[in-house]
Amino acid sequence: MSKGNTPSTQTRRPDRAALVIAVFLAALAGLIFWDTSRLAEITSYSGIGPATIPFVIASVLLLLAAWTVFEALRGDFPARERQEFGPVIWIIGGLAAQMLTLKPLGFSIATGLLFAATAAGFGKRKLWFTIPIGIVLCLGVWLVFAGLLQLSLPAGPLEHLFW
Amino acid sequence: MTTFDFLLQGMLVAAQPMNLLYALIGVTLGTAVGVLPGIGPALTVALLLPVTYRLDPGGSLIMFAGIYYGGMYGGSTTSILLNTPGESASIVTALEGNKMARKGRGGPALATAAIGSFVAGLIATLGLAFIAPFVVKLALVFGPREYFALMVLAFVTVSSAFGDSTLRGLTSLFIGFALAIIGIDQLTGQARMSFGVPDLLDGIEVTTLAVAMFAIGESLYIAAQGEQGPDKVEAVKGSVWMTAQDWARSWKAWLRGTLIGFPIGAMPAGGAEIGTFLSYAAEKRLSKHPEEFGHGAIEGVAGPEAANNASAAGTLVPLLTLGLPTTATAAIMLAGFQQYGLQPGPLLFATNPQLVWGLIASLLIANFMLLVLNLPLVGLWVKLLTIPKPWLYAGILLFATLGTIGANPSVFELGMLLAFGVLGYGMRIFGYPIAPVVVGLILGPLAEQQLRRALAISQGDVTVLFTSPVAAVLLVIAAAALIVPLILRARGRGQVLSQLAANED
Repeated sequence: MSKGNTPSTQTRRPDRAALVIAVFLAALAGLIFWDTSRLAEITSYSGIGPATIPFVIASVLLLLAAWTVFEALRGDFPARERQEFGPVIWIIGGLAAQMLTLKPLGFSIATGLLFAATAAGFGKRKLWFTIPIGIVLCLGVWLVFAGLLQLSLPAGPLEHLFW
Repeated sequence: MTTFDFLLQGMLVAAQPMNLLYALIGVTLGTAVGVLPGIGPALTVALLLPVTYRLDPGGSLIMFAGIYYGGMYGGSTTSILLNTPGESASIVTALEGNKMARKGRGGPALATAAIGSFVAGLIATLGLAFIAPFVVKLALVFGPREYFALMVLAFVTVSSAFGDSTLRGLTSLFIGFALAIIGIDQLTGQARMSFGVPDLLDGIEVTTLAVAMFAIGESLYIAAQGEQGPDKVEAVKGSVWMTAQDWARSWKAWLRGTLIGFPIGAMPAGGAEIGTFLSYAAEKRLSKHPEEFGHGAIEGVAGPEAANNASAAGTLVPLLTLGLPTTATAAIMLAGFQQYGLQPGPLLFATNPQLVWGLIASLLIANFMLLVLNLPLVGLWVKLLTIPKPWLYAGILLFATLGTIGANPSVFELGMLLAFGVLGYGMRIFGYPIAPVVVGLILGPLAEQQLRRALAISQGDVTVLFTSPVAAVLLVIAAAALIVPLILRARGRGQVLSQLAANED
């Protein structure tokens, strides 16, 4: 974690990313207001219904958004470490691939793809090598968890060969 | 029946062969996963929760106890040999422990950590057994407004009292609250924030959120740091046994660490890792060899490690007796209880004493098992540390998604896992703490329930929250815990607080 609010020339300018966070918080608050507005009529005799607490939470989120804007303008956010986005995209892509292929191709192939993509994100880019390793490993995991521990992991063509 | 009888009964439950096996599997898995760099106890418990899905509640909780203690032990091994603490509470252990390992005294460092953890775990678990009945009696007179005040206090201490920014801590907490609203309102049956999506009606699973933020968010963050060369694992040279001098210097530190750690963990407030820092400071002051501190002083490993384990057992006091999780790990354990429809709290001691006391007794057994397992198997744990990063994180993500798929094999659930993972990564970049999100998600609905009950009893009169002396005192403490750090930080004295930050757990 990066520490301290070192006021350098760079951070004196308004912090764009922090302003984006403030917008996100305000949007979240807006979403809650919008959703709970239709529940507002339902109140019990305690004067506090299903919409009350969400309303309070959304109001505080708005306050926090304003506070974030204030700190962003003062440059109070800590300095951030440089991020490389290549590896991040590999891993997110792997998770998305797993999500989309889980039902049609089964657990082992889908998770094997995630395994290879994550390894690629950390520098092992030989996919012809890592994908088979991932699939075999995941098949072993499937046999243990779905077979022995009876977790309901989706089976695909590969799993049906064994079970 | 006295506490002693209950504990004896619990021992009978825990000593059944099947339960012993569950405990053994739990400690082994817990240690193995806890050793992996970058995995703290919270993630260990969240990752291994699916393993227990198909067991009966008793067996599952016993395995859980083993996983919890095993994860704590594993973390200390990592910080001594690798200098990348997997959990914030191990930072202090890494300080002196890694220096000892570099000087070739890794064996004694691991030994004093293991034996210190055992001593602390033993005393603190017995402390838990003897304090719990008193807290339960106290808790039975608590009404909804006292519970609400207690939860407000926990919210403040978990999110903003420690750490380097009140703003970011509170923001994390309220993101957790916002996620907690999703689903069917428990009192009126109205769907909130679900936008007609049936998958959202059940709300968001705590384990999905925790695994996404800790495992996926952390993996993304580490990957985004790029190539930094391999971390250096210190080989364990020489004997793992401690010399007579090591023993002489360690035993007082163990006891002091336990005495400092347990009360801090047992308080119904966050910040369980403060004990390790206090213990380190105390050892530094009391040591006859203060010059060794910073260069591998054995007391600096023994004390904080004991404090760490004692406060881990201590956090079970508010969790079991009040149903109040004060760390991310405890929040995930609460989710583990809830999957069996069990709500920890004073009533659980009355309705299900066998389960609660079986759990407490199995903590004692897990503690013994770890002492026996840990030192002989140290070579195996070291091997786990040398797994290259690509395989390690590929494996972590494999098991992270496995748990989610096992609980609910739906594309939607995996989509949420991905979305929260990206959210966790973003929060990590900007220095937002993760634990308040998890605690807010699980404790938020409980707090809302208590508040609405209190206001229903008073027919909408809000002042009732302040007219109970207990509730009023708790709320005043909570307000102080919110305001004092704000003033300290505004005056530029915030460094102390950010050192106490709960980064990971």
